[in-house]
Amino acid sequence: MTVVDLPARTHPDERTVATGDDQLKRRRRREYGLFALLVAPNLLVIAVFAYWPIIYNAFLSLTDWNMIAARPKFIGLANYGRTLTDPAFHKTLWITVVFTGLIVVGSLIIGLALAFLFNLPLKGRGAVRTIAFAPHILSGAAVATIWAFIFDPGYGLMRALIEPFGAEPPDWMNNSDWALPGLVIVYLWKNVGFAALIYLAGLQGLPKELDEAAAIDGASTWTRFRAIKLPLLAPITFFLLITTVIGTFQAFDVIAVMTGGGPGDATTTLSWSIYNEGFQAFNAGRAATLSIIMFVILLVVTTVQAKVMERRVHYR
Amino acid sequence: MKTRAIQYVVLVGVAAVFLGPLYWLVSTAFKEPSQIYQWPPAWWPHLTWENFSLAWKAAPFDRFFLNSTIITVVGTALKVINAVLTAYAFAYLRFPFKKVLFFLVLGAMMVPGHVTLLPNYLTVATLGWINTYAGLIIPGIGSAFATFLMRQHFLTLPTEVTDAAAVDGAGHLRTLWRVVLPMSQPMLVTVVVITAVEEWNNFVWPLIVTNTASMRTLPVGLLILKDEEGLAAWGTIMAGTLLVLAPMLLIFLIAQRYIVGGITQGALKG
Repeated sequence: MTVVDLPARTHPDERTVATGDDQLKRRRRREYGLFALLVAPNLLVIAVFAYWPIIYNAFLSLTDWNMIAARPKFIGLANYGRTLTDPAFHKTLWITVVFTGLIVVGSLIIGLALAFLFNLPLKGRGAVRTIAFAPHILSGAAVATIWAFIFDPGYGLMRALIEPFGAEPPDWMNNSDWALPGLVIVYLWKNVGFAALIYLAGLQGLPKELDEAAAIDGASTWTRFRAIKLPLLAPITFFLLITTVIGTFQAFDVIAVMTGGGPGDATTTLSWSIYNEGFQAFNAGRAATLSIIMFVILLVVTTVQAKVMERRVHYR
Repeated sequence: MKTRAIQYVVLVGVAAVFLGPLYWLVSTAFKEPSQIYQWPPAWWPHLTWENFSLAWKAAPFDRFFLNSTIITVVGTALKVINAVLTAYAFAYLRFPFKKVLFFLVLGAMMVPGHVTLLPNYLTVATLGWINTYAGLIIPGIGSAFATFLMRQHFLTLPTEVTDAAAVDGAGHLRTLWRVVLPMSQPMLVTVVVITAVEEWNNFVWPLIVTNTASMRTLPVGLLILKDEEGLAAWGTIMAGTLLVLAPMLLIFLIAQRYIVGGITQGALKG
């Protein structure tokens, strides 16, 4: 996120020559006071509910606590040692990476394809763009509930679509091979419209001259896509990549409604296991450890984003 | 001409993929139970409100609706007020170490919400706010992204207008209310709508911070309805789902322009 740095706007009476030093000081003090008054509530909430949790997590991760005992028991780095060597944690991390990877790749490719479609001079494209985007602003829990019924092997819509081809519909959410792909489908359905919208805005902002010149020189549609449009869209691809990774890592409502991390641990992602350890197993130390691990992973991702945004992905 | 025809077929196909599940939801919600459990499926419902009354009987949906509305209205109001006041202060007022403070505000965006769940639950418990509106609302009213959007917008406003207001003797709050905000209306609407959608859809926080049906919100109530009714009552569950979605679909249809504008702006400027 770049912050445009413009000079602060000052009240014009501060720019006029002051009648005396005292008056100037009083006026400045009043301005400081007003600033503090306006900013304090927001900063207080941010400090308590965004920054303090990181410190609190770091502390809790060094303890063993069931949230009932009067105080947490200090155990040093034992939680980290145990978590990092735990095969169940490795599986959780792997599932999170697969889930995130599939969704990132899926939403970038489908999103870009949709953007090209919506950029064609077709009647009704605006309406379809709106329809494709709509799921993005709908409640994840509600969307997941709809899809739970669609995937119902007995009376769901999926059965009606699959059966005519002579295939047996799987019991999506209770089958450990199908549950994760099922979640990916739901997540993509809900979110590709967002990627499409961003890509479309990017496409419409591309300079036309380059593409036209290449067309005159006889470059094929595919060459123009690969050699001109795709590189020019790189900053947008990068933005979508980062936001999708951050969002998918924290995906919770769809998992909670559709699979609850199961069957077995087939859809237990890092976000689900934080919830599970903290609010179902009441193991504060382990939940805090997993939270810190997630925080560090996403911090690396956002730091890379900030660095790259500053330097490389400039095409102007 | 042939490629154009194929393009239209693809466009219609895309529309069907995104409308299909929503049609499935709405038609099921209005079907008679016997229609839901027949094969092949009925594509057109014999219209009935039965599922809605069943949903109402199975769970206190009026209470869920009330809670969701209170949290959305109050939470959005407080968060947007926070954003506007903070943005105004950073755009128009002087303060020592202002830049550092601004980075502290923006830095909140680097903290993933999911990571804060457990500590915030414990903090809210210490404050005695478990299962209260305060516990549901207050932790979410800190504003970083909306503050950023508002401040960037304030900085694009012409100085002449705010100067004129000051020369006329208007104080800062009056300038904000009478001059700056009216000139920022589209951005304000965008921020309000996006915030309201987030508040309404919020799931995990209300799930962990409430523990009685009387404090549940719609999305959480829906999960409980689904878990209790199981696979035997899809009509009831779809009726409940429609109650959760309908208000946001309505807002989306009305304020689509602002939502789309705000989201693309946030992305392309970021």
